[in-house]
Amino acid sequence: MSDAAAGPVADLAVIGAGPAGMAAAVAAAGAGLRVVLIDAGPRLGGQYFRHPPPGFHARRPGALHHGFARFTHLAAELDRHGAEIRLRHRVWAVERGVPAAHSPDRTGTDVPSAAPRTRPGTSAGGALTGPEGPLRTAGGETGPRDMPGTGPAEPALDGCVLVHCLAGDREERREQVAARSLVIATGAHDRVLPFPGWDLPGVFTAGGAQALLKGDLVVAGRTVVVAGSGPFLLPVATGLAAAGARVAAVLEAGRRLAAVPALAAHPARLAEAAGYARRLAWHRIPYLGRHTVIAAHGRDGLTHVTVADLDRDWTPRRRRTIACDALAVGYGFVPQIELATQLGCATRGDGDGGPVVVVDAGMRTSVPGVYAAGEPTGVGGAELAEAEGWIAGRAVAADLGRRVRPAPALAARRDRLAAFAAALSRAYPVRDGWRSWLTGDTLICRCEEVPYARLTEAAALGATDARALKLLARPGMGWCQGRVCGYAVARLAGAEAEPPRRPIAQPIRLGDLAAGAGALGHPLGDDRPSDPAPAPAAGGGADATADPAADRTEDRTADPAAESTTDFAAAPRDGLTADRRRPRRRRTQQERTPDDDDP
Amino acid sequence: MTPTPRPGGSAGEPRHAGRLVGARPEPGFEITVDGRPLAVVPGQTIGAALYAGGVRAWRTTRFDGRPRGLFCGIGVCFDCLVTVNGEQALRACQTEARPGDEVSTG
Ligand SMILES: Cc1cc2nc3c(=O)[nH]c(=O)nc-3n(C[C@H](O)[C@@H](O)[C@H](O)COP(=O)(O)OP(=O)(O)OC[C@H]3O[C@@H](n4cnc5c(N)ncnc54)[C@H](O)[C@@H]3O)c2cc1C
Ligand code: FES
Repeated sequence: MSDAAAGPVADLAVIGAGPAGMAAAVAAAGAGLRVVLIDAGPRLGGQYFRHPPPGFHARRPGALHHGFARFTHLAAELDRHGAEIRLRHRVWAVERGVPAAHSPDRTGTDVPSAAPRTRPGTSAGGALTGPEGPLRTAGGETGPRDMPGTGPAEPALDGCVLVHCLAGDREERREQVAARSLVIATGAHDRVLPFPGWDLPGVFTAGGAQALLKGDLVVAGRTVVVAGSGPFLLPVATGLAAAGARVAAVLEAGRRLAAVPALAAHPARLAEAAGYARRLAWHRIPYLGRHTVIAAHGRDGLTHVTVADLDRDWTPRRRRTIACDALAVGYGFVPQIELATQLGCATRGDGDGGPVVVVDAGMRTSVPGVYAAGEPTGVGGAELAEAEGWIAGRAVAADLGRRVRPAPALAARRDRLAAFAAALSRAYPVRDGWRSWLTGDTLICRCEEVPYARLTEAAALGATDARALKLLARPGMGWCQGRVCGYAVARLAGAEAEPPRRPIAQPIRLGDLAAGAGALGHPLGDDRPSDPAPAPAAGGGADATADPAADRTEDRTADPAAESTTDFAAAPRDGLTADRRRPRRRRTQQERTPDDDDP
Repeated sequence: MTPTPRPGGSAGEPRHAGRLVGARPEPGFEITVDGRPLAVVPGQTIGAALYAGGVRAWRTTRFDGRPRGLFCGIGVCFDCLVTVNGEQALRACQTEARPGDEVSTG
């Protein structure tokens, strides 16, 4: 595995090439900045503009989209302005480099502005501060600053941001990108609620079924049930139907017409909704409010689901079964903000939606030089994401001293779309009655196979908050680092989901981690406790071999460890920072695995 | 978990919903799944090709031996881990198939 050096410092690195990231990159490159646009996927577009690979030679690649022309326009603009595009680059960590002279000012105020003096990656130990380093702004919000173009020309930058990527379709290379500023446009993932049988093959997240269709042109099943909550169920159902699936029903756990008051103020959205209603009718798809799937059944794969009608609180009343070979289920989205929290960006609770990144009117986070756009600032859909991307890209350009004309219409548009998104999210809250769908053996954590009973036992033993639950019952300690079950576990613990604290933002091979961290002079991996007590090791023995992942859990991902990092991130921050600076990496027993290439 | 590639066992033409987007796919290439051929459209992920070929699950969990395949479709859940050419624990939904790839399930 080779490790590419950071190369010349770009003005801006954008992580995520969905509507938000593409727009940010176009705006900044159009203003003359040197921009690098990074995405884990093989094509531009993110979730909304996901489209089939060129091998399909699709004449209508946008047939499953609303407004695909936006995508072709943005892609052409990226090209025209010469933005550098790095696809198949998964970012596993970001960190800020600060010239040693400007080190720790722990008062929580902004570090003095300075042009980068030290090239990250070239400075050995100590010159770079770790993610939990001094740039954390004490969780405080900076007040809204001026709009792009009207603000002070003084660049609000301190040093560079170093973006660590695993590159290549099979992640065979490590690469780094150094930039003076960063836009985090990493989108969201589906929010799911557990129910009996939800881990059967054939059960998809709503977005997952959509992604499979849009990206690979594969239909999730012959007979599909679409269930959950929120307006996203409609494009999923009509897309599947258009692709030839029989959609047995669309089941909305909330009220069917909950969105109507919000829609009334947005004629374009109302028309879009009417379009979905027409298509549902055309395909004869029933759309039922206060209904959902409360159990999935089958042996090796899904064969049928139990559907219930729900009371106001989502407690099931009458039940019946529907035969189907696929289920697409989703209860909204969870913003992916771990890169922002890694940098210490302030977050806030977003009502039902969990933590989001705090930004000002120019999409600046609380950390100077770091911006966020799209779903990470609050789930709001593709149009809002794109508007935020434009604003962020323009603000970066303005903050780096470029002339950017004020665009009040853009700001107004963002405000309008954000208000609409907030109204929609209020219209589709997740009600507590979902807990009554759970049985003792319902898996809560799919990765570590933690059943609900184990959580109730832990609660009986006194685990009263999400962290204690995790320590005792170990949900969220597996491969996905709690992305899938985090929301449910928080709700079961009676709390709002907390912002992720993962020193390693994405699961990676320990070999890569060791080498990557070594290059930085501060061993990220060292923060791991020596007792990740990963379930696989404990389970060991015969059935460990049944799982191709089992014997790899420790060496491929940082995960059991990364997870533990979530917990010990509660440890005093000073201790953490000190740990990170230890010049030499100590390896724990778990890390020494057969193919962990020795650095 | 025994994978069930499509009847006949031959790779044939890859299955997909190309009509919807007016696709004229390039000729598919083959990968193998436990030695059996499976057709793929260039650019499709291994997860999509398996699923389209009738293989819904390609691993079992380590404790209860539960079957697992695709779930989130975007690389978040790690349910879809698969072994390709001996390399373990790749996310099938994120890994583009290459001609001649040998996928093993189990
Ligand atoms: C699976 C899924 C399918 C969806 N389908 C639709 C749809 O069909 N219609 C609709 O209206 N809305 C859809 N959405 C909602 C979606 O959030 C859109 O509103 C829209 O795509 C948001 O735009 P964005 O730019 O904020 O993020 P996205 O479009 O999600 O783009 C974020 C990009 O960041 C990349 N990324 C994230 N983390 C990293 C990392 N660590 N390293 C590198 N790259 C990274 C991702 O690969 C992705 O391309 C979907 C959401 C999901 C999760
Ligand atoms: S299906 Fe979730 S990671 Fe592949």
